[in-house]
Amino acid sequence: MSTQQNVQHEPEADATPALLPPRRVGRGRLTLRRFARNKLALVGIGILVLLFLFAYLGPLVDKWGFDDHDFEAFLDGPSASHWFGTDQAGTDIFALTTRGLQKSLIIGILVGLITTTLAATLGAAAGYFGGWVDRVTMWFVDMLLVLPSFLIIAVLSPSFAKSTWLILVVLLALFSWMITARIVRSMTLTLKDREFVKAAKYMGVSDIRIIFRHILPSMASLLIIDGTIQVSLAVIGESSLSYFGFGIQPPDVSLGTVIADGTSYATTYQWLFWFPAGFLVLFGLAIAFIGDGLRDAYDPNSSNAKAQAKAIKEKGKSKGDESDEVPGQRVGSTEVLSQA
Amino acid sequence: MSTASSRAGGTPQDSTTEEGLTPVIETSKEPAADRHGGVPPLLEVSDLHVSFPSEAGPVKAVRGVSYSVRPGEVLGIVGESGSGKSVSSMAVLGLLPDSADVRGSIRMDGRELLGLNDAKMSKIRGKDIAMVFQDPLSALTPVYSIGTQIIEAIQVHQDLDKVKARTRAIELLDLVGIPDPHQRVDAFPHEFSGGMRQRAMIAMAIANDPKIIIADEPTTALDVTIQAQVLEVLKKAQDVTGAAIVMITHDLGVIAGFADRVMVMYAGRPVENGPVDEVYYRPRMPYTIGLLGSIPRVDADERRALTPIDGTPPSMVALPKGCPFEARCPIAIDVCREREPELLTAPGANHPSACHRSRELAEGGGEGLLDPATIYPIPPLPEAHEIERLPREERTAVLEVDNLVKHFPLLKGAVFKRKIGTVKAVDGITLEIKEGETLGLVGESGCGKTTTLLEIMDLTGGQAGSVTVFGKDVREVKGAKARKALRRDMQIVFQDPMASLDARMPIGDILAEPLKTHGWDRARTDARIPELLELVGLNPDHSDRFPQEFSGGQRQRISIARALALEPKLVVLDEPVSALDVSIQAGVLNLLDELKSRMGLSYLFVAHDLSVVRHIADRIAVMYLGRIVELGETRSVFHEPSHPYTQALLSAVPLPDPQKERARERILLTGDLPSPANVPSGCRFRNRCPKYLQLNPGEQQRCESEDPQLHTLAPDHTAACHFAEALAVV
Repeated sequence: MSTQQNVQHEPEADATPALLPPRRVGRGRLTLRRFARNKLALVGIGILVLLFLFAYLGPLVDKWGFDDHDFEAFLDGPSASHWFGTDQAGTDIFALTTRGLQKSLIIGILVGLITTTLAATLGAAAGYFGGWVDRVTMWFVDMLLVLPSFLIIAVLSPSFAKSTWLILVVLLALFSWMITARIVRSMTLTLKDREFVKAAKYMGVSDIRIIFRHILPSMASLLIIDGTIQVSLAVIGESSLSYFGFGIQPPDVSLGTVIADGTSYATTYQWLFWFPAGFLVLFGLAIAFIGDGLRDAYDPNSSNAKAQAKAIKEKGKSKGDESDEVPGQRVGSTEVLSQA
Repeated sequence: MSTASSRAGGTPQDSTTEEGLTPVIETSKEPAADRHGGVPPLLEVSDLHVSFPSEAGPVKAVRGVSYSVRPGEVLGIVGESGSGKSVSSMAVLGLLPDSADVRGSIRMDGRELLGLNDAKMSKIRGKDIAMVFQDPLSALTPVYSIGTQIIEAIQVHQDLDKVKARTRAIELLDLVGIPDPHQRVDAFPHEFSGGMRQRAMIAMAIANDPKIIIADEPTTALDVTIQAQVLEVLKKAQDVTGAAIVMITHDLGVIAGFADRVMVMYAGRPVENGPVDEVYYRPRMPYTIGLLGSIPRVDADERRALTPIDGTPPSMVALPKGCPFEARCPIAIDVCREREPELLTAPGANHPSACHRSRELAEGGGEGLLDPATIYPIPPLPEAHEIERLPREERTAVLEVDNLVKHFPLLKGAVFKRKIGTVKAVDGITLEIKEGETLGLVGESGCGKTTTLLEIMDLTGGQAGSVTVFGKDVREVKGAKARKALRRDMQIVFQDPMASLDARMPIGDILAEPLKTHGWDRARTDARIPELLELVGLNPDHSDRFPQEFSGGQRQRISIARALALEPKLVVLDEPVSALDVSIQAGVLNLLDELKSRMGLSYLFVAHDLSVVRHIADRIAVMYLGRIVELGETRSVFHEPSHPYTQALLSAVPLPDPQKERARERILLTGDLPSPANVPSGCRFRNRCPKYLQLNPGEQQRCESEDPQLHTLAPDHTAACHFAEALAVV
């Protein structure tokens, strides 16, 4: 506190090297703090971490592999030996689920991230720069929208057959960013003429910076919601590709293929469907919680984060000082100021 | 021709008009009190309370409002935004949402209105009580023609067939001064200009001969010259219908000339109430005194700092126990913190005011008394910067604009665009700003002020003409780096402080942005931010808050802080105070004044409010339809306005001084600003020019054919009129 008081009285603190200038809380830290306040978002992160642990540690515990067949147990319910039961070929569902979850987690998250980043960058650039950048990008977008993506992936698939399945991620992402990009573009067109963008421009801020610092954060809600939807869409989309024999190829599995195989048994041999489906739902929920938390953290108008912020402030008041939470974030308490 | 008569309270005015100069002159009526003495009140509101539920608890928007209006009387209600003035009139009309809790009594002609159901209220609304809203665009349905909407208003309450109703609608449009009403009756709202829409609204309001017209900020969205026209129409409407008017506004000038009685509201309660002259000349409540002291006046000669009212109005959710104004009051005493004062007439006063110390507040002060003129500490005028003390010729120019032109092509066609015309937004502008000088650029909306600013700020050089910043012609500044270096020295402050601050950034980051952009390191930036916040009078602790946690005035201070972060030489201010309440506006203006003197800044100050410009500017440029029509030193432009447009503009500005305001002759302009796509030949002002009408045909010929250039009338005073002649109008 004492150093902070000194800073108060001598604004030219950097003149004296012994005194550290007060640390300012930037947008990044502030967003992180607001995010951390959201309990549901933290639960989401918790679920996601547990899912990863389950997917990668599960196979180590289970004695069955995903390509093993137990010829003594076909379509058996959950038991001590097969925790999630077995399917008609005697494969252990627990092993299938963990193996599938490994793939789907990676596919979902990567496709979600790549799609949204691609859409945001290209859409905003098209809208902001206009002119030929806009025309070329939109021409490209329209072309991709018209081309049947499924067909292209199907045609391209054999040539990638020997390489890593991660190519699938790239393909899936490549064909799902266009509509979002169009929305981003039109929102950019309106944001571009707002005064805060003009103000930044007249300050001499570069165009790229304006896009990433002002325009994209202003549509964070859209991008985050779109991202969460893309994650679930990717998992489903991958399974339909796999169903037709593209994408993840048997004997390898993904959560999508496991669910697709189990759908017809949903009422008769329920474990075939409900265990993998349950994990997909958990994954979707976790992503949704995180997305909600991020959106609230980014949006200063969000009543959610605000109400919490207020509560924290009041708590801080009653405690006398808030800075014990994040040490050094405050220049000095208000009392100090009013004295000065 | 000159019929300005005097009122009871006013000094008799010998209304001498300079021969043949003013085509339309405002007429004033006999005082209302004389005409209606002893008549029972038409509308009586007593002890009205309105509260809205909210997350944080009930918002007590109106807390005990009582007033009465007699037939033919004009009651003005003034107050800042959030003072409950609009809500109380909405309650009269029964237009509040169901969630609102309304208590008290509203009686019209002795009939209780509160508690009537919607069907019964609908019979009264529009017939007995009519409303004129602030925003005429959103008050008219865009998909129906003006005529249809007026006919609808007539047929709801009167049993008239279509043809008769239409005839009546045309009559009404004619009455409110819509030219060519037979054709315009079929026009759609978007084909009308703002002023004409507001006239149409008034036509609708008086369609059923109402007893009361409630006008909620009827002229706030309009330019001054249009405001003068609309007020004139409103007055005429009152004369025709004999209705009482309840005029809600924040503009003390409008009330001064228009109302008979005035009620000042603060935090949901009336704090002072009385005849206009009484309240304006002998205010007894510190808030009213502060409000009157905080307005820059167009007739003020000597330069003085304004007296701002510190602080902001209290939250209507958690009101303090005592007087709600206590926190901002310069003469608060212990009792103010304990008890809320009643609206009472103090001994010696002849109108009620809500202040514990109102008996001590008497004009001139004296033994144990307080002088209203001195209760607010008048901030000292900032000492002039050394640059400002140099004679103008010896200072260097920071901005020179020479014959700047910006035309936009008017295109038509979906696939193949062909040019069908040119919008001459800026059509040859020449101005110059020297170091330490403030140039005020004034004009009505649509005259090209903002385009001029953006052309200057874009640093592209425009289509024709040149922009020279700090001695460098911007067209010769090549490359992003050189341009960025130029930007460091010129910054801009926008009108709307909410839109110009990125709502998703904490203000620390907002202020850091220019610094970061121009290569300051983190440590220096972090040290600079609290400094900047202190410079503009904000708490340096608040750098991690978001813009919406601040009030409008504070946000504008943040904008100013951001503009000053790099210590620029030239600051361009685009209507920086027009979105703010008057008491807040004074603080921002004082801040701008002080910063200018302290840092030796030059301002290009764009505004439509002439009183603000008069207060802050050293020189003034008056713009009309893409051209500067008069340019000169502030004092001489205000004292001897020589272009007919400047004269009209100045005479349209209402003065917050009832007697002066009533005695003034207003030069009313006819019509609206022509479209910049269709500029008249010769002098572009001639079709609205009052002077043109009085010229002989030979002279008129000259106006029609020859485009007047700026010519010198006095040292540092030029006007673009062939027949420029000084005329004192303020």
